[in-house]
Amino acid sequence: MEGTAVRGRLTWQVATVGQVIDETATVRTIELQAPDWAGHRAGQHLDVRLTAEDGYSAERSYSIASAPGEPVAITVERLEDGEVSPYLTEELRAGDDLELRGPIGGYFVWDGWHDIGPLLLVAGGSGVVPLRSILRHRGRTGSTVPTRLLYSSRSLPDVIYRAELDRDNGGGVEVIYTLTRAQPPGWTGRAGRVNAAMLAEVAWPAGQDPLAFVCGPTPFVEAVAEGLVGLGYPPPRVKTERFGATGTGAAGGS
Amino acid sequence: MDALDGNAIGGLLHEVFGTEMTAAIGTCATCGAVAPVAETMVYLRAPGTVARCRICTSALMVVVKVRDVNCVDLRGLAALEASANG
Repeated sequence: MEGTAVRGRLTWQVATVGQVIDETATVRTIELQAPDWAGHRAGQHLDVRLTAEDGYSAERSYSIASAPGEPVAITVERLEDGEVSPYLTEELRAGDDLELRGPIGGYFVWDGWHDIGPLLLVAGGSGVVPLRSILRHRGRTGSTVPTRLLYSSRSLPDVIYRAELDRDNGGGVEVIYTLTRAQPPGWTGRAGRVNAAMLAEVAWPAGQDPLAFVCGPTPFVEAVAEGLVGLGYPPPRVKTERFGATGTGAAGGS
Repeated sequence: MDALDGNAIGGLLHEVFGTEMTAAIGTCATCGAVAPVAETMVYLRAPGTVARCRICTSALMVVVKVRDVNCVDLRGLAALEASANG
């Protein structure tokens, strides 16, 4: 039924690339003008389909980087052995067309209004993308839910959305970086991988009924989710989304 | 290869079921574990797409695309219920 917008159906639609923003040396945000876009919830993703002239096509999932009500945007990390991400991050230009379908997902979403306890966001690398949508949604809706973002990145230059996150820091949102591979001279922030000890220091106490969203590569998400459950978080309060280094997970596929 | 999770097949499942399915609750026919589809372990090139139970690793759902037709095997599921929040 492609090309016919049946209500409730997930149909491929053509979007036009708007502004393209370089976030880091390997990560780019692509704003999309999608006339048939029905709107989305914070944390959802979309599928992108590229079709070669010989008819070969490849699909990948990308988390939506923008808040509900904003033009849809994705943030893509270039994977050297990727099939789709090098095209999206190097070849694609404003005005180009792209096939997409979405929004997708109803589990890893944050609507905001029903929350009582504080919000814990834990990102590994480009896993920050859907969490940025949540943070933007939080800001746009005037939510006052206490929020912490723990963001694990290889180095400071690899931090995606750094200027925006630094602006968000304070005013009800705390942003905590941990740098796993390289720290700049004089770095007073955290270093090393997220582990149980770091979570014990950073995560809201389980008694406050926190809601956690964890997104990153599979081993990262497994370790963080296990750590949070170990701290007494009930599993249903720990929402997870995993992506593979060369796979096609929802947050930053190849 | 690390497994992904059910979020990664949200689009495929929407195509198959005609609605959002990642928040749907599945019951494993093998061990009885109950979990959202988003929390299953997913392998995209198995070949075909396979979602496994995170507790006992039994195959819950297998989707294989043959000439643009999705062939769906749900015998690993005892139940699959749409979520009110979906």
